[in-house]
Amino acid sequence: MGALVMSKAITIDGKSVSFIDGQTIMDAALAAGVYIPHLCHNPEFEPHGNCKLCIVSVNGRNMTACTMPAAEDMVVASDTPELDSDRQALVQMLFVEGNHICPACEASGNCQLQAAAYYLKMLSPHFMHFYPPREVDASHPDIFLDLNRCILCELCVRASREVDGKNVFGISGRGIGTHLVVNAASGRLGDTNFAVTDKAAQVCPTGAILIKRQGYKIPIGQRTFDHKKISEVQMEPAKRTEPEHE
Amino acid sequence: MNEKRKIRVATCSLAGCFGCHMSLLDIDEKLFDLLGVIEFDRTPFTDIKHCGPCDIGIVEGGVSNAENVHVLKEFRENCKVLVAIGACAITGGVPALRNNIDLWDCFQEVYLYEGGLEGNQIPNDPELPLPFDKVYPIYEVVKVDYFLPGCPPSADTIWKFLTDLIEGREPKLDYEMLHYD
Repeated sequence: MGALVMSKAITIDGKSVSFIDGQTIMDAALAAGVYIPHLCHNPEFEPHGNCKLCIVSVNGRNMTACTMPAAEDMVVASDTPELDSDRQALVQMLFVEGNHICPACEASGNCQLQAAAYYLKMLSPHFMHFYPPREVDASHPDIFLDLNRCILCELCVRASREVDGKNVFGISGRGIGTHLVVNAASGRLGDTNFAVTDKAAQVCPTGAILIKRQGYKIPIGQRTFDHKKISEVQMEPAKRTEPEHE
Repeated sequence: MNEKRKIRVATCSLAGCFGCHMSLLDIDEKLFDLLGVIEFDRTPFTDIKHCGPCDIGIVEGGVSNAENVHVLKEFRENCKVLVAIGACAITGGVPALRNNIDLWDCFQEVYLYEGGLEGNQIPNDPELPLPFDKVYPIYEVVKVDYFLPGCPPSADTIWKFLTDLIEGREPKLDYEMLHYD
């Protein structure tokens, strides 16, 4: 036999995508430049699979691409009208479960929830709004925590634990009562050792964690997703990890 | 004569800021093209007070009081196609920021505690519409056929949407025309 090494491969939307053992479907897709919509997944952290936006059909069964290990000969469908319709419904539910008032949000234009909705061509939130009562915590000198906009992606939880080694954030409650909590006796961000230079201060996909005094430095209309789709931005991993805060 | 009947259009602003109407006017000289094919029924431009039978109704703003509901229902009953324009009509928008503040607290803050008011009192004239506890998007009150997001949608976006609709196409917005801010 020759020295030919056959790499293992899965098929995504008819395209052969090679993978190495241990990679998830999402890892393999990102490496091969195949876009699968995602929101709570960030390749820098352990996958969680909680937003379900990366739902794909694997041999006819729906699974989250970010948590499903790739296995030889998997046939994956991702870019289908049915899955995009499911994804849009998920995004719509995220919109009505929080208080996402884009015109009044500093993160508008840089928000991945909004960008995912643009990508999925969401024209309205469709469902009845919950308008849940949520708190704004402005106790920290450099950072706002606005729970109205939290989508429970747990990226700040993961970043604070895995990168910053601080465990500033956690998730508490169950079901619709699930909410982000702050690791201080007072429950206030100002009473933690959270710092503006922490990774957890940079990873929020929405405007739930906002660095103070940045505001509208970059005007609406010139922001990340005003002209670029989330698919393009999320496929540039080198750029997205650059810290935006000096 | 091959004169086609003009498409009759009504517009209104409920709990909105008239920004969407300003953006509609911002199509500038294309207004002449538009007025070649449409005519206005009830709208702030004509000052007609009630909506008659129309082809298209365009509603800006959310529902924050009883009068908004009456107007919205009148539009739904009279318009073949109802369009929600702007963030407020679609999500409640900026007025919905009050949705988690008690209405009585709101009134006291604005009319009793705010400085610079003389003879502080909460307005209570029977002419004034009854305010709701929350501001609602219009699709939570009536069926809506089309949504045109933006705060406001740009003049170009409105023009694209209206020409698609008037010429019988399914309205389609390019990526850069779909905005929530």
